[in-house]
Amino acid sequence: IMMSCQYLLLLLLSVGVSAVEVQRPRGVPLSKRQFYEEGNPFTCLDGSRTIPFDRVNDDYCDCQDGSDEPGTAACPNGSFHCTNAGFRPGFIPSSRINDGICDCCDTTDEYNSGAACQNTCREMGRKERESMQKMAEIAKEGFMLKQQLIQESKRGLEDKKAKHADIEVSKNELEKTVEALRTVKETAEQPEKEAKERHLKAWEDQKALIQMEKDKARMAEVFLELDDDGLLGGVDQVDSVAFESIWHVIKEKYISEAIPEPPAPVETPPEEIREPESDNDSELYPEEDIPDEEEDDEEEDEDDDTDDGDFKVSPLGFSIKLMLDDSHNFFLVSHCYLSSICRALLRRRPKKRRMTMMRGLCRPTTKKRRASLMVTRDAFEEAEKALREVDDQIKNLEKEISFDFGPTAEFAYLYSQCYELTTSEYIYRLCPFNRVSQKPKFGGSETNLGSWGQWAGPEDNIYSVMKYDHGTGCWQGPNRSTTIKVTCGKETVLVSTSEPSRCEYLMEFISPAVCQEPSTLDSALHDHTEL
Amino acid sequence: ITRVKINELKPLKPLSHGLSLLSQDENGVVLSLGSESQRVIVSARPFRLDIMEGRDVLMSLNSRGLLAFEQLRMRKDTSQVDPEEEEEKVEDGMWEETFKSHSDSKPNGPSAISLDFSLPGVEHVYGIPEHADTLRLKTTDNGDPYRLYNLDVFQYELYNPMALYGAVPVMLAHNAQRTTGIFWLNAAETWVDISSNTAGKTVFGKMLDYVQGSSETPQTDVRWISESGIIDVFIMLGPTPKDVFSQYASLTGTQSFPPEAAVGYHQCRWNYNDQEDVTSVDAGFDEHNIPYDYIWLDIEHTDGKRYFTWDPHKFATPKEMLQGLMDKKRKMVAIVDPHIKVDSNYKIHNEIRNRAFYIKNKDGGDYEGWCWPGSAGYPDFTRADMRDWWASMFAYDQYEGSMENLYTWNDMNEPSVFNGPEVTMHKDAVHGAWEHRDVHNLYGFYVQMATAQGLIRRSGGVERPFVLTRAFFAGSQRYGAVWTGDNAAEWDHLKISIPMCLSLGLVGISFCGADVGGFFKSPSTELLVRWYQTGAYQPFFRAHAHLDTPRREPWLFGPENTALIREAVRQRYTLLPYWYQQFYHSHRTGQPIMRPLWVEYPQDPATFALDDEFLIGKMAQDDKHFTFRKLILTCVPQVWFDVHTFQKHNGAQNLYIPVTISSIPVFQRGGSIIPRKSRVRRSSTCMMQDPYTLYVALNPQRTAEGELYIDDGHTFNYEKKEFIHRKLFFANNMLSSENLAPDAQFSTRSWFERIVILGASKPSKVTLKTADGQESQLEFDFDASMSVLTLRKPSMNAGLDWNVMLQ
Repeated sequence: IMMSCQYLLLLLLSVGVSAVEVQRPRGVPLSKRQFYEEGNPFTCLDGSRTIPFDRVNDDYCDCQDGSDEPGTAACPNGSFHCTNAGFRPGFIPSSRINDGICDCCDTTDEYNSGAACQNTCREMGRKERESMQKMAEIAKEGFMLKQQLIQESKRGLEDKKAKHADIEVSKNELEKTVEALRTVKETAEQPEKEAKERHLKAWEDQKALIQMEKDKARMAEVFLELDDDGLLGGVDQVDSVAFESIWHVIKEKYISEAIPEPPAPVETPPEEIREPESDNDSELYPEEDIPDEEEDDEEEDEDDDTDDGDFKVSPLGFSIKLMLDDSHNFFLVSHCYLSSICRALLRRRPKKRRMTMMRGLCRPTTKKRRASLMVTRDAFEEAEKALREVDDQIKNLEKEISFDFGPTAEFAYLYSQCYELTTSEYIYRLCPFNRVSQKPKFGGSETNLGSWGQWAGPEDNIYSVMKYDHGTGCWQGPNRSTTIKVTCGKETVLVSTSEPSRCEYLMEFISPAVCQEPSTLDSALHDHTEL
Repeated sequence: ITRVKINELKPLKPLSHGLSLLSQDENGVVLSLGSESQRVIVSARPFRLDIMEGRDVLMSLNSRGLLAFEQLRMRKDTSQVDPEEEEEKVEDGMWEETFKSHSDSKPNGPSAISLDFSLPGVEHVYGIPEHADTLRLKTTDNGDPYRLYNLDVFQYELYNPMALYGAVPVMLAHNAQRTTGIFWLNAAETWVDISSNTAGKTVFGKMLDYVQGSSETPQTDVRWISESGIIDVFIMLGPTPKDVFSQYASLTGTQSFPPEAAVGYHQCRWNYNDQEDVTSVDAGFDEHNIPYDYIWLDIEHTDGKRYFTWDPHKFATPKEMLQGLMDKKRKMVAIVDPHIKVDSNYKIHNEIRNRAFYIKNKDGGDYEGWCWPGSAGYPDFTRADMRDWWASMFAYDQYEGSMENLYTWNDMNEPSVFNGPEVTMHKDAVHGAWEHRDVHNLYGFYVQMATAQGLIRRSGGVERPFVLTRAFFAGSQRYGAVWTGDNAAEWDHLKISIPMCLSLGLVGISFCGADVGGFFKSPSTELLVRWYQTGAYQPFFRAHAHLDTPRREPWLFGPENTALIREAVRQRYTLLPYWYQQFYHSHRTGQPIMRPLWVEYPQDPATFALDDEFLIGKMAQDDKHFTFRKLILTCVPQVWFDVHTFQKHNGAQNLYIPVTISSIPVFQRGGSIIPRKSRVRRSSTCMMQDPYTLYVALNPQRTAEGELYIDDGHTFNYEKKEFIHRKLFFANNMLSSENLAPDAQFSTRSWFERIVILGASKPSKVTLKTADGQESQLEFDFDASMSVLTLRKPSMNAGLDWNVMLQ
């Protein structure tokens, strides 16, 4: 109500002004009236020459700067001032004077062309004020929202920094865990390693034995081969001991025409080596041993699923407490059940192994070295993995903290959000600070229209335009890229998309984050209505 | 003109539309050629024609005995053949030929015709467009002949005799004494071989010959070969270039007189996406104060490449869009290609099929090929009834969404057939009595003819049409403009645009231009600016760009480049009165608008091979700066004035003038008067009533002359003598305007706001005398440093008699 009163006041004022309009040559703005004084010689505004006043607006261009013909089309570089009472005053190039096209809403540019122009200034002024008022309201609300956004992002930033610090702490812990587990694993692996070595030695011995047997058999064959005419009287007649002594000398050089050496026996994979069990109780616990825990576990899984949908290790949500017992086996203190890392460890195994692991993790036993070794390895690997994940999270957090979300981080709320726009053919998806993509509405694969590049607005307003580039390449053309124009609004919404030139997309995006302080708009509005 | 026509005595089928017979005598005769000294000697055995003037042989036909005429014949498997005629050995490909996966059934066997022409004393031959080659044709001894076969060539190569989109089988031969021409009237695939006894000789070698006096006369030998038809040749005997142009114009007609707006600037792109895009580009021109007259829509504006329709989403309200342009006195061109989508829900297709207007395949069904819409039929434009029907489709009630400011662009009319041999139609496709091989090079000509007729007819015969075509043939000048097809954003393509348009101008097609900026690829900013500066001085001035290139409207390259482009376009608009008068002149006389220097200086051999500078009427534009950044003004014996600085240059010397990115080296010849309109507005139509400035450039004899032509700019009323045509003449210190068409009537509001006399001396007083006998003194400025006299506001009406006396 206040605002419309103000307009009314200004309008009245403007009517007053036009009522006592000062005489001045056609096309001259009030601000330059003093240079055009009736009866006095006129000096071109660039000072280049002085001409009699009757040559002002005489339809012949005398001044280089066009200033002697403000009201005619005679000068190629002249400009004409329209008063546009009721609307905004303005200049048009003087080539638009009397060209038969209505340019000034007050019709003053077409005074001699016969063009039938209507004075539309009032109407335009009304429309403009309405739309500016609407915009001002939007801007006002938007600006308030923006303040909230700024506060939120401030808090968010603090949270993130705190989180970052926390993760750093848990990262340290995790690193210790990994190291500890590594030691445990290596220790636990020791007996296995020894057994393996033992086995390997036995195998080597056995191989040597076999080789010896083969040697003997071959010697006999060779002997027969050499004695093919039976002169030596066959195997039975021969001093085999004597031949044996010769055989040792020739066997390396002798190349038989007979079958080549049989291939070496395929090495048995170490897993298959039966490790000597120190106890005979190799049977794993039957499943029904721990029915309660199994149920608990399932329940927890379900809870997880409903909580996050997709499982993610929350870096703050777990802590592995590792304890070593006298025989260097380890166990986790019982509360690890409830931590997500523990659940993750369990969930990612097939059911049967999960059970085993649970026993290994949560019911450590000194009886089953084999099972506990496996558990040890798993735990080590999982811990390492968790460490990597934590590292990633730290990196992501650092990236987010250092991101340019605008002068007051007002754009931070857009991070990790996505906004969609559906057209007749495609679904466009803008994930601010990440990427833009396009997907055919009726099936087909997604096309990358560009990844976050930088803010790309004009120098005085660089946060008004986002640029996404290096999208999917175009045939015989550039890589796709997208320019996002951000304008002020109460909502955050993707409003339009176009492709002005092949593979260069242009989208309009509304966000309160670009809303200007309404006071500046008010004054702009004020200026416009002033005549 | 001499016409030589050689036909079969008893052809199996008519080999040409019935025309007159040549009388001849068995022992050889001498025939008079009208003027007393000109005669033709016909020798029977061996057959030979010698065209003489006095004792000089101007041209000999069949002097090398290369005349060949392979008769049409019936297939052996389909007819009883006289066994005595069965001597000929059957070779591969005679009765069926394959090219890649295509085959040509050749129902009448192998056919070909050939004839040789000897041109004694000639070292320079020109013409036979369209080729991306130098203005002066090269000898073809060591390579392929120049080929004339209209083809949709993808990314064509430069300096190459390969066939392009259009074909005009006309060659000009020139030496310092005479210009002659050969018009080989044949629309089948044609090859031209050129050899010369001086080709390959160095300048030094020629000099040596000269000194030793041992030289044989230089001679150029030309051989024409066509795949079918008869030998039907017109020989234009000149003797001046202007005579050859008018002799040729008497055979095929002159340049159509376009609406004045079409001489302005055209903004095109494949594609302006939708109506909103059109509106914003239109607004961009106003915002940046750059004039333009036509905005263009390429194939994407249609509903699924169905021509005569609009995309229902992107161009939902075409009349609204056209009205918006009309409110700004601007116009639009929309594309209409001749391939018609085979779709039973498409009115145009159904009508053509039902009327049996499609070209047939060799088996009698409708010929189908692939083009933009997918499967497409090709209307038989060689049929007059088909053309008549096509023309009727442009009526406002047929072409929905069209308005009087919508004009037409015929592309792909070679015709382009994506899956055809060499991307065109199979030669054995059937046009009634003709095979496609017989009429191929005429197809595009007829498409444009029918379209232009359509645009004329929709206005009840009142409005001049504007139709742009890519394919063309001899005579296409009668129907509109041509452009040099799908060029590329490269410096060499900018350079070649000059000889390509000059060559077209020599054979009657004056309304020529190249895609400003280059169609394929994206130009550097400097190239784009230079291209605007060149395009502004070529007859058809249109920017165009491929779909896959980034946007390049003139204001997208920073304020400095916008200013440079604005300046180039504005220079075009200030010169519109001169351009328009040149078009009128070309329309009346057949003289080219864009001329090689040798046409104006036929006795100066130094100009004979120049194709990096040219004349517009009597003004010169030079483009050497694009490569050298320096201008060499060639030795023509005249005085030239820089049109921007009024700096005077004496001719008959090679002049080096430094140029910058902002200078376009254009010179006005001393002795000429050029009218301009210095008030550049947003379109040519907005400038109709504006006053003129006359630029009078005096020659050393202190005389000058020029013309001024004014009419309504868009109707055929000029044919009803509604125009102003005046001769402007300066001599004895008096400039006067005389009526060249006293029986014509037209009134204009335009007046003279300024007269600028270049090369003047300072008068003590200047007196204007108007038709009613009134005398008045004119104010003037004299710039002694440049010898420029400017008369202030004489104010007389442009249509009246007057004179201005300098004392």
